[in-house]
Amino acid sequence: MKHTISVLVENKFGVLARVSGLFSGRGFNIESLAVAPTLDPSTSRMTIITRGSDAIIEQITKQLHKLIDVIKVVDHTKEEHVEREIALAKVNAEPSNRAEILRMTEIFRGKIVDVSSKTYTLEVTGTGSKIDAFLEMLKPLGILEIARSGKVAMTRGRKSLG
Amino acid sequence: MEFTGAQIFVKSLLELKAKTIFGYPGGVVLPLYDELFKNPELRHILVRHEQGAVHMADGYARATGDVGVALVTSGPGATNAVTGIATAYMDSVPIVVFTGQVPTALIGNDAFQEADIIGITRPCVKHSYLVRNVKDLARTIAEAFYIASTGKPGPVVVDLPKDVITTSCEYHFPTKVSIRSYSPTRVGHPRQIAKLADILCEAKNPVLYVGGGAIASGASEELAKLATITKTPVTETLMGLGSFPSDHELNLGMLGMHGTYRANMAITDADLIVALGARFDDRVTGKLDEFAPNATIAQIDIDPTAISKNVKCHLPVVGNLKENLSKLNDIIAKRTIDWDKKGAPWLATIAKWKAENALKYSQKKESIKPQFVLEIINEITGGDAIYTTEVGQNQMWAAQYLKLNEPRTFLTSGGLGTMGFGFPAAIGAQAAFPDKVVIGIAGDGSIQMNMQEMTTAVQSRLPVIIVILNNGFLGMVRQWQELFYDGRYAYSCMEAQPDFVKLAEAHGALGFRVTKPAEVKPTIEKAIKARRPTLIDCVVDREENVYPMVPAGAPINKMLLA
Repeated sequence: MKHTISVLVENKFGVLARVSGLFSGRGFNIESLAVAPTLDPSTSRMTIITRGSDAIIEQITKQLHKLIDVIKVVDHTKEEHVEREIALAKVNAEPSNRAEILRMTEIFRGKIVDVSSKTYTLEVTGTGSKIDAFLEMLKPLGILEIARSGKVAMTRGRKSLG
Repeated sequence: MEFTGAQIFVKSLLELKAKTIFGYPGGVVLPLYDELFKNPELRHILVRHEQGAVHMADGYARATGDVGVALVTSGPGATNAVTGIATAYMDSVPIVVFTGQVPTALIGNDAFQEADIIGITRPCVKHSYLVRNVKDLARTIAEAFYIASTGKPGPVVVDLPKDVITTSCEYHFPTKVSIRSYSPTRVGHPRQIAKLADILCEAKNPVLYVGGGAIASGASEELAKLATITKTPVTETLMGLGSFPSDHELNLGMLGMHGTYRANMAITDADLIVALGARFDDRVTGKLDEFAPNATIAQIDIDPTAISKNVKCHLPVVGNLKENLSKLNDIIAKRTIDWDKKGAPWLATIAKWKAENALKYSQKKESIKPQFVLEIINEITGGDAIYTTEVGQNQMWAAQYLKLNEPRTFLTSGGLGTMGFGFPAAIGAQAAFPDKVVIGIAGDGSIQMNMQEMTTAVQSRLPVIIVILNNGFLGMVRQWQELFYDGRYAYSCMEAQPDFVKLAEAHGALGFRVTKPAEVKPTIEKAIKARRPTLIDCVVDREENVYPMVPAGAPINKMLLA
């Protein structure tokens, strides 16, 4: 089963390597990983999407905890939470399909963030499935390139990771 | 007042009460060595290979419970240390390994003798530091010792670029270490401990399954109390040997692949297994699906990842074993149960297993059986010795036959199974206890992996005794080939061997060869009296096997017995 795990870590040299090395060394899988500093610049927050049985996920969270630089680990899967991902997509913008691109972007509440004579670069945020759907709709129009961010997630309500 | 990084290094180590460093100098660590030269109160033992240095620090730590310290140079010095670090990691041994590093400005430039040792060792350290500023040095060293020795112990690597140890700054040694992301749980949940007492009171066929955690946490006394009060039999893992006296009537001996018949039968028939600082390693469980099918599993462990990793645990207690056992004993003491009566039927069943199949071998007149050598050692030392082993048959026979009275007297590479560990570990233990008898049990294959350290023992006047059980084979490999590869001894035969006696002598040590059973005892006695590094080459029966044996992948009650 897919799990979304947030990990609060020390914002130090080598911490990302410790976390990713833990996953590869123990044969755990990472579907996506997003990292950035938090409000407190001495810590970073990682959002890891992984898959595994309950026993594997239990090992993953415990092993993460065991790393000295890890401060907190939260598995969002069993609680109410919001997840967002951002995607940029560069598409062919021929005079014939520009209107369709604009319409799609509007439907998905995206934005056009860059325009050239032959291309539009679109930005869309949302859940993974929304982005999948958006890209699916764009495909026939000719996608040149995409960049997806990996998910970030947060528990609903007052509870916070710190 | 300002001090150089090298001076801070030595001051910090003295502050931490380190007494001995095992090391090997080289280019970028010269400033550290210059300071060690000026501070002889910090004893430096010069090794002959960096792997030896780390195993010695490891042996020192296992024998004392204190943090072992090794110092090596950058590049190849550091990479040579990796096997030692991985060995300590797998067995949770507290050591701190200082590695030299090229100056910070050169890191990443493929400089001479540069290796990314932090990267290389990342999967086999508890933690590691690359010190980039001399101002962080004292705090880093204090943290390294703290992390190595607390919680589940383990190795910490501290990488020291040359400019960091030559730059000066004010020196303040931290009075207290606190790391916000690291606070190991010490005491388990009281309700869990009470529940554990309840199920122990109800169990008909309970077994205490004891691992290295009992030794790491110093829980022998509490363990003995629990076992003797509740009349619960004890079986130990390879790492747990020594935590409970070998000759105690409740001791079933080691369990697992080469465990005793009664230990493996008892575990299989148990209705309650209380794992104490043990992690259900594959060498212990055999085939997982058939491991202890009827048992409730309770576990006390400092490491949450050890809980339910391989075997589903029904009652976990996370925390320090000694403290939690002590709490458990307090609860047990209040229960009014006739433990003798409750335990009698189960102990009678175990006694029957013991009578059916005890460890055995037959010593004839001509050739020496390896087990016989170990029994002679028992007779001579009465258990008043520190033993180390290499890996393979020598290790398993030592585990089965040596009589241990105390923890920290049986030092062996259990997790990683490192050949070449035992001899340097013996030197490390001897450095900690110069007056004790330290005996390294070796095979003729293993000893050749770190034989060069004999000169270290000679130079440092450490009177270790090495007993080679020499069968001219990589014995355990040969045993597997005999049993599972139709006797095709593919490259397991050491046809050419050095003359070990001459080799010992060439190193400046004593060497003896023993070929007849009658010579074993007087030779070992002579070696103990000599108080010099001594090697005894015991020529033993070539094709003796270690039994019982559970074939890989079989359930542990299906043992080959001969």
